[in-house]
Amino acid sequence: MVRNLPGISKLMRFGVIVFPGSNCDHDAWYAVNQNLGHRAEFIWHDSATLGDIDAVILPGGFAYGDYLRCGAIAKFSPVMAGVRKFAADGGLVLGICNGFQILVEAGLLPGALMRNRNLKFICREVRLRTETLDSPFTAAAEPGQILRMPIAHGEGCYVADERTLDELESEDRVAFRYVDNPNGSMRDIAGILNARRNVLGLMPHPERATEPLMGSSDGLVIFRSMVTAVAMAAASLEAAAALQL
Amino acid sequence: MSTVAITPDLIAQHQLTESEYRKIVEILGREPNYTELGVFSVMWSEHCSYKSSRLHLKKLPTRGKLVVQGPGENAGIVDVGGGYVIAFKIESHNHPSFIEPFQGAATGVGGILRDIFTMGARPIAVLDSLRFGPLDDPQAGPRNRRILQGVVAGIAHYGNCFGVPTVGGECLFEPCYNGNPLVNVFALGVAKKEDIFYASAAGVGNPVIYVGAKTGRDGIHGASMASAEFTEESKQKRPNVQVGDPFLEKLLLEACLEAMQTGAIVAIQDMGAAGLTCSTCEMGSRGGTGIEIELDLVPQRETGMTPYEIMLSESQERMLLVAEKGREDEVFQVFRKWGLDAVAIGTVTGDGLLRVRQHGRVVAEIPNRELADEAPLYDRPHVAHAGAGRARGRGGEGAILNAQDALLALLASSDICSKRYIWEQYDYMVRTNTIAGPGADAAILRIKENGVSVAMSLDGNSRYCYLSPREGAMLAVAECCRNLSTVGAQPVAATNCLNFGNPERPEIMGQLVDAIEGMSEACRFFETPITGGNVSLYNETLGEGIWPTPVMGIVGLMKTAAPVTRDFKTPGRPIVLLGGIGECDEVRFGGTQYAKAILHELWGLPPALDMDCEKRVHDAMREIVAAGLAESAHDVSDGGLAVAAAECCQGGVGAALHFESDLSSEFLLFHEGPSRILISTANADAVLEIAARHGVAAPRVGITVNGGLAIGNRGEALVSVTIDSLKAVYEESIEKQLWS
Repeated sequence: MVRNLPGISKLMRFGVIVFPGSNCDHDAWYAVNQNLGHRAEFIWHDSATLGDIDAVILPGGFAYGDYLRCGAIAKFSPVMAGVRKFAADGGLVLGICNGFQILVEAGLLPGALMRNRNLKFICREVRLRTETLDSPFTAAAEPGQILRMPIAHGEGCYVADERTLDELESEDRVAFRYVDNPNGSMRDIAGILNARRNVLGLMPHPERATEPLMGSSDGLVIFRSMVTAVAMAAASLEAAAALQL
Repeated sequence: MSTVAITPDLIAQHQLTESEYRKIVEILGREPNYTELGVFSVMWSEHCSYKSSRLHLKKLPTRGKLVVQGPGENAGIVDVGGGYVIAFKIESHNHPSFIEPFQGAATGVGGILRDIFTMGARPIAVLDSLRFGPLDDPQAGPRNRRILQGVVAGIAHYGNCFGVPTVGGECLFEPCYNGNPLVNVFALGVAKKEDIFYASAAGVGNPVIYVGAKTGRDGIHGASMASAEFTEESKQKRPNVQVGDPFLEKLLLEACLEAMQTGAIVAIQDMGAAGLTCSTCEMGSRGGTGIEIELDLVPQRETGMTPYEIMLSESQERMLLVAEKGREDEVFQVFRKWGLDAVAIGTVTGDGLLRVRQHGRVVAEIPNRELADEAPLYDRPHVAHAGAGRARGRGGEGAILNAQDALLALLASSDICSKRYIWEQYDYMVRTNTIAGPGADAAILRIKENGVSVAMSLDGNSRYCYLSPREGAMLAVAECCRNLSTVGAQPVAATNCLNFGNPERPEIMGQLVDAIEGMSEACRFFETPITGGNVSLYNETLGEGIWPTPVMGIVGLMKTAAPVTRDFKTPGRPIVLLGGIGECDEVRFGGTQYAKAILHELWGLPPALDMDCEKRVHDAMREIVAAGLAESAHDVSDGGLAVAAAECCQGGVGAALHFESDLSSEFLLFHEGPSRILISTANADAVLEIAARHGVAAPRVGITVNGGLAIGNRGEALVSVTIDSLKAVYEESIEKQLWS
């Protein structure tokens, strides 16, 4: 269930968290406002609450410099209490790149992200295979749809113990796999869902693939899925309210 | 006052000559103390004062109708329409990158980024021009490979974390860079026209505020180090190299841009070379004011620092600003939000003096203008460049490869092969403005706010410049403008980085003077005024100077649209060689990549440039792009026509090319005559019509095909090779060389 009803305008409100060192915050904001046609606002890292939003994005970058393990400091940030509560209440949380690393460090998603297999930062377009449509982030995709979007990370090699990997697969929680694994991720995993399926973390950048001039618009599939999920949740709330009357 | 005695030895250690010292005494009306001697030595170093080059730099064109700010500020500024401007500049960080490649290159990126955002512009692009010794050099190879890896990792570390895309550049190899690699970094930012900030201290009584990182003992005398030749002892200068913190710089960027919005900031300058010394006296000099500071107030990360150390420290990620009196708190509040130190350390005064106090006592007192702007100016003796290899012709016959094997060898050669290994380590897309990134003829970045895109190209060819500094410099300007025109952009302004050896040697000074004059002439002709740049001299190790390496960075403007890119797109399209096959003779062939990689020789003169013809080609090309007629376009440069064609095949669509030329197959395929662009088009007639109207030759030379590249001349097959084999040698070469 989604906490907040969309406003009268039916425009969905995305909160984009800004940690010191976030550097894809503006890209997420631009993708939502300009290319998706909905509303995004920034949330500063020392806010204890997220405010009135329908979904939250943890953007890419180098939160707090990432001089320790990526995301290791960000998980202690005041705003993370709000993100945890938002997720616990069923709100949609999308962690992109550094945002994925932070969600993993914060324990909202399992596993860890290690140095890329070649020990170097890699920036290139990759192809992702959509592995499940059963989530608010992928429902708008075709079964098995291949999405083109870029990666840009030094520590994107997804690792977890065998039991966790088996569990992710048996619970259909692998959202995306790389077609050509660029970084050594176990079982080619590019993005995963939490058990409740309202938190998605992925290393590739959907916000960098939201218009033809960026080279691909495939990232919109994820954002549009989120918009539909929020609208449907709102509609079912209204229906429930009507039935009670 | 300091008690260190000023001896002739100490003066010499500060690389000040006797006459320079006499001038200092004359300015002060007394002997300087130790701190003042240090302050003068960095401000009057070659790096900060341009004392050997300034006389000649005045020859460069600096004005143009779009130029808002020319040389003399932290960066040049050009109007791009719709109320927006771009700020850009190129700078070298050669000496530090040799001593400590990772941090040297990283802080090179950091320094130029601060130059951009100190003007109020948000950096949106970085490009790098790199030179290393050969990766397979029998002696220096292992060290060259280590330096390349370190420099690339350092650039990636800083740019990726800061959040600026590294979108292009060039990387070339010659033995002359074995002991002296070059790291030139170009950065470009965007600002609203009314939000430009300058570094001119005004308003007597206004507070002088220090922001950013604390001051440590790192980088003391960095500017002087960059003004001396390398010796065996240089390796001990590692503490002179600063350590960069890109995260702190990202905070500094956001805080500065936010603080500028308060309207409380009067002037701002970054602390780069010569740190606190340079930022105080230059801001004072530009504003015709004095500046008084108290060193006890300067945030310090080490204890017991002397005035000399604090004034000369080159600790990174620091800025100095002047705020409006009474509005300091608005500034402090912004920096507090970003968790940064911001402290008032002094005030603007009316006496024109830089007055430095520690514990309340005056420890240095020097007139700003004399210190910043009246460094000695040298008209150093220079001899006309003899054209080092001119007399020699091609040597012995040797075993020469057939055309096809030569093409494959060239594609695998270090200068020509794909640099994907390097640029994939850079985030070239962050901020989602990159329309054409690394590997393109020119990088294209859109400005989201006004529908205009900026194209950028860096170029410098030291082989050409070795043979003729004057023609080589002109060719670099022409090539940059051609690259921009190939993607459809109108060249508008330039920046330059002049990398040379020891100017006290007349033949090196001759190279510098020739290169500047050639650059001047070409920049005037192509209407690309120089808005700023950098001179890096003393690029010598153990008496061995680098070849003259002037690097041009030129920016162009175009409407934001889907880009025209290098690769052939569709089989069956006519291919047009805009500019024609061109001419070549033995003398003009000696500077080519073929001469280098296949013959292992260098002789004669660089390719001949006809600027009139070159400009007509550019005009025609931009018209072809604007009309939507170019399906692909790539300029012919290093390696000549065959290499250009092979590069266009990298996307998977090949070509069959047929010529009817009197040139030998060697010249036809591999000469590097300028003014040529290879285009594939769905409408050859319309392309030919435009070319004819501009008086430009434009033969149809073939057609795009599936599967491979075939080239023939007068019925003789010269090349017939699959795309897979072209790609393999081109893409895999650099990693093979690095791990050999």
